[in-house]
Amino acid sequence: MALNTAPNIPDPDGFYAELLNAHDGLSDDDSIAFNARLILILANHIGDRAVLTDALAAASKGDKS
Amino acid sequence: MPLDDRYQLAFTLYPYARSTDQDASAPVRHPVVVMGGGPVGIATALDLGLQGIPVVLLDDHEGVGQGSRAICFAKRTLEIAHRYGCGQPMLDKGVIWNLGKVFHDDRQVFEFNLLPEQGHRYPAFINLQQPYFERFLVDRVREAQAQGAPIDLRGKNRVDTVEVMDDHVILDITTPDGPYRITADWLIGCDGASSPLRKMLGLDFEGRVFEDNFLIADITMKGDFPTERWFWFEPHFKSGDSALLHKQPDGVWRIDFQLGWDIDRTEELKEENVRRRLDAMLGPDVEYELVWTSIYRFQCRRMKTFRQGRVIFAGDAAHQVSPFGARGANSGIQDVDNLGWKLGLVLNGTAPEALLDSYDLERRHGADENILNSSRATDFITPKSKISHVFRNAVLDLAEHHAFARPLVNSGRLSVPCVYDGLPLNTPDAVPDGPARSRPGAPCPDAPLGQGFLLDHLGGDFVLLGFGVDVPTALETHGLTVRGVSVPADDHIKDRYLGQATAAVYLIRPDQHVAARWPAYDEALVQDALARAIGKD
Repeated sequence: MALNTAPNIPDPDGFYAELLNAHDGLSDDDSIAFNARLILILANHIGDRAVLTDALAAASKGDKS
Repeated sequence: MPLDDRYQLAFTLYPYARSTDQDASAPVRHPVVVMGGGPVGIATALDLGLQGIPVVLLDDHEGVGQGSRAICFAKRTLEIAHRYGCGQPMLDKGVIWNLGKVFHDDRQVFEFNLLPEQGHRYPAFINLQQPYFERFLVDRVREAQAQGAPIDLRGKNRVDTVEVMDDHVILDITTPDGPYRITADWLIGCDGASSPLRKMLGLDFEGRVFEDNFLIADITMKGDFPTERWFWFEPHFKSGDSALLHKQPDGVWRIDFQLGWDIDRTEELKEENVRRRLDAMLGPDVEYELVWTSIYRFQCRRMKTFRQGRVIFAGDAAHQVSPFGARGANSGIQDVDNLGWKLGLVLNGTAPEALLDSYDLERRHGADENILNSSRATDFITPKSKISHVFRNAVLDLAEHHAFARPLVNSGRLSVPCVYDGLPLNTPDAVPDGPARSRPGAPCPDAPLGQGFLLDHLGGDFVLLGFGVDVPTALETHGLTVRGVSVPADDHIKDRYLGQATAAVYLIRPDQHVAARWPAYDEALVQDALARAIGKD
């Protein structure tokens, strides 16, 4: 299966608000750690090694620096 | 306190004229008094006056203040204005736009098209300066008055004190000729965001205040910008943390700059400082003139309840939102649309007073939806923490290349009318596989019909619509005459009202919202649904 980069989340505004609310009150370090845990949980859910490799590549290309 | 103008007028619309009430020996009683002559107050007076209900409107100025202010008027607002008889001049004067572009720094992230659906009388949006919007409403009031509508607009009438009794309200008013007193069965507060009425009654107003300032500059220029909405996050020209460019009628462009929290208001409004920001944005070769500048802050909050006995609040007086999404004036006009027919039925004794509680329920539901959407847009545009800024810019970086990130970009979710889902006036959906967009509680989608449009046949009274099935042309029940209209099931009707069904019968409220729908006509079910829709259930 290829990496899905088409819109796939119902209620995108609600999801985005929930994501940011989860960070409410966290220090910068705690937010970084939260994000790391979240990425690992989602990666495990995806499971497909090829998809994970493609996702890492897509995230690298998104970094314009 | 003297009766001085607090702002300059764009148009004098209701100059002071002495009323016979000022010479009466005892306070004159009126069925309805409206406080505030802005768009929401004038629309309220128009709605009631067109029903034949005598209405007195009081405003402490003699017309509309300067400044374009609310410039985006949504399709639903135009449909309501059309019902009042003044949608067409707004459309004729307004600027229609469909394309929006979103930029981050110096790159275009993506563009969107409002993709107007065919078969509607009105477009998704027009841009129109608020003073024009108000003037077209008042023009229509004058026309209706000439035809006998009992509307009385009183300029330079400032309400100083209000005493709320069980079944009426006492108002003390200051005019250039001195004070006088009137009483009202019902008082409608349409006196704006800083509502003096709300303060006089000591009522709460709860929610979030956003810590940011936005500079508005309206300019005329000979630039070659197209009729599109352009929004920049962190623009390369550094004129603000975000910027917006939008076209208005008369060759005027609205430009907004996000200034941040800690600013010197007087300094920022100096012409040379406004020009410095504009020059950076437009480049050295663009000639322009400043038409109007202002700095605004905003809040997302509402009153706990919009009805306090004989006092009812509407528009900004009842609820406030951030400007992202054009949900302020547009939701105020929807308040009027919802309140007008209910107050009319209560005043003529057809419906119980409890019907007005449904105004409070339905419009609080609408206000909550608008506050949620405009708060989320504000959180995206002005990130409240380092991590939300990181996520925001990650979304913008990804959106340039990946479609999935574009729905997350939020520079304002544009106003659409709310659906009164799950609220007590609705009858449960008896066509559950029918289109969701026309479910009970939803505003009727427009569609072509004959030489005109479907919505031309709706509004003002209850209507029974038979799609692909005949319904009686009139049904007398619960003290009302329900008008029946049979409509052939063409492709637009199938798409918007039938779905998989071959026929359907809809009961439509006077504000063009769906009260009930069934697969076939059954008189007893219609009577039952009508009773529920007028608060008798």
